[in-house]
Amino acid sequence: MGRIALEKVNKVFGDVEVIPPLDLTIDDGEFVVFVGPSGCGKSTLLRMIAGLEDLTAGAIQIDGEDVTEVPPSKRGLAMVFQSYALYPHMSVRKNIAFPMRMAGVDEATQNAKIDAAAKSLNLTDYLDRKPGQLSGGQRQRVAIGRAIVREPAAFLFDEPLSNLDAALRVGMRLEIMELHKKLETTMIYVTHDQVEAMTMADKIVVLQAGVIEQVGSPLELYHAPRNKFVAGFIGSPKMNLIEGPEAAKHDATTIGIRPEHLTVSKTKGTWKGRVGVAEHLGSDTFIHVHDTGLMDMMTVRISGDIEARHGDTIYLTPSADQIHRFDAQGLRIA
Amino acid sequence: MAIVAETSKFSRFAWPVLAWGVALIFFFPIFWMVLTSFKTDADAVKPEFLFSFTPTLENYANMTQNYDYWRFATNSVITSVSATLLTLVVGVPCAYAMAFNPSRGTKDILMWMLSTKMLPAAAVLYPMIFLAKGLGIYDTHFLVIMVLCLINLPIVIWMLFTYFKDIPKDIIEAGKMDGLNTWGEVREILIPLAWGGIASTALLAFIFCWNEAYWTVRLTTIDAATLSKLIEGNRAPEGLFFGRLSAVSTAAVGPIVVLGWFCQKQLVQGLTFGAVK
Ligand SMILES: Nc1ncnc2c1ncn2[C@@H]1O[C@H](COP(=O)(O)OP(=O)(O)O)[C@@H](O)[C@H]1O
Ligand SMILES: [Mg+2]
Repeated sequence: MGRIALEKVNKVFGDVEVIPPLDLTIDDGEFVVFVGPSGCGKSTLLRMIAGLEDLTAGAIQIDGEDVTEVPPSKRGLAMVFQSYALYPHMSVRKNIAFPMRMAGVDEATQNAKIDAAAKSLNLTDYLDRKPGQLSGGQRQRVAIGRAIVREPAAFLFDEPLSNLDAALRVGMRLEIMELHKKLETTMIYVTHDQVEAMTMADKIVVLQAGVIEQVGSPLELYHAPRNKFVAGFIGSPKMNLIEGPEAAKHDATTIGIRPEHLTVSKTKGTWKGRVGVAEHLGSDTFIHVHDTGLMDMMTVRISGDIEARHGDTIYLTPSADQIHRFDAQGLRIA
Repeated sequence: MAIVAETSKFSRFAWPVLAWGVALIFFFPIFWMVLTSFKTDADAVKPEFLFSFTPTLENYANMTQNYDYWRFATNSVITSVSATLLTLVVGVPCAYAMAFNPSRGTKDILMWMLSTKMLPAAAVLYPMIFLAKGLGIYDTHFLVIMVLCLINLPIVIWMLFTYFKDIPKDIIEAGKMDGLNTWGEVREILIPLAWGGIASTALLAFIFCWNEAYWTVRLTTIDAATLSKLIEGNRAPEGLFFGRLSAVSTAAVGPIVVLGWFCQKQLVQGLTFGAVK
């Protein structure tokens, strides 16, 4: 079981309130992603759940039990760090065995679990090596192995893939998702990368300056961002946000239109602009459009490969039912 | 690249010559001392006879028979070893706390500790003597051990602190998640990972204790007197007997030179404050 409830959780460092009082419930078995720009307090929040950081005020419950004053190892949670945090002086086997040794698990059980974890993580051949002799991806697997054998109530990941190169990152992302499907254990995953959030999460928690901007499924956030910040943060390329008279036509202070909800034409359309740079991905083309008079640079995403030469005049038309409207406070107008 | 090639030709010869030169200059007094210790007091005062003399062990025999060398040596061992251990027992937790759970005041505390080294020892000599006598601990091992420990604590904590700082905080926190209490963190992570640093710190502290003279000479008479006191006692009332003095000095610095010789690598690491990794 791993139902985690935060009640009015608050963190102040010196005289900076990094996390203003915050409520959040994470259901058993959920894959929850905390996402937000760097420095918004994601790690701090995760570390408070882990017990590595004291709460200034508020309470944390795990499965109905108040653990606010419980030390990290007694909370039944396992954490995977960005830096892997393996014990450099111990072999892979000893690293994975470590939490079990601390818990007084007998040696036969330890070995059985190490072998099972090593097999599922492709580490069998490396059990006698030291962490220093492994690649980044392998180290991260060892860190995950060390977490798995504890059979925790929940896994906590703090940007676990940030130190890996792009190709490996995609692979490890899938492995972690597979792991979640297999174990059905609660996972809390911190990242600043909204693509990771969108692809992995059952539930995304968008944070900015320690404040929860929105909680919802990836598609909820995509289709109905609660405010301008979430609208701009979720989705890639970013949503185009337009202010001024064009927005006023829609009875809004700001309107937003995602790049994929614009169609282009060489001859006619709602808005006119000039092609800047076109990025050809093969499957898609991103065209950056200047001089629309609406905003600095508008981005359009067209399926497939189309020709767009620098300086060409181009017409853009938004799908009417895909326009997001925001009021003067930046909040979504239903 | 070209610069490296040019300088390397020069440095291949110049550096070794310079290094040997400097080393010999530093080594010469020690060499002289050892040589003198095998001379009679009469031969010793004639510098023109640097090499021409009849070697004698008389000074060493005299030292062990009349001056009770072994008692002083035993006191030196007892106080230096105990003080070093005590310093580590206090210093390791201290440095651990400051490295991994720093508070706002940590930087200031470190500076304050270092600043105590700036106080001239002479300024607190008489208070210390009155205090020791008042407490009835003058000329005891306990007093010498405490004083040596207090003298060395600042530098020991600084050194340990810099070594511990090199250990990523995440590893300690992973240990916390995996079930370690504070003592467990020290035992399972800190000591294994900082072993080299702790050893070189201990070595340096031991050498400082062994060589300490200002306090050990002034706070002891007989019972807790160390080798420093023995040397000091030999420049005594009858005048200077260089042969005897040299023998005593040689016997006093001998153990530490041998120790230092075998632990060179550790020492260099210790003295460069972990810069060499
Ligand atoms: N131990 C600390 N002392 C003071 N400020 C801290 C401490 N840890 C984090 N902070 C501050 O709290 C804010 C949030 O940090 P963090 O949770 O690490 O952000 P994120 O993980 O989202 O990048 C940052 O502004 C950071 O500087
Ligand atoms: Mg972080």
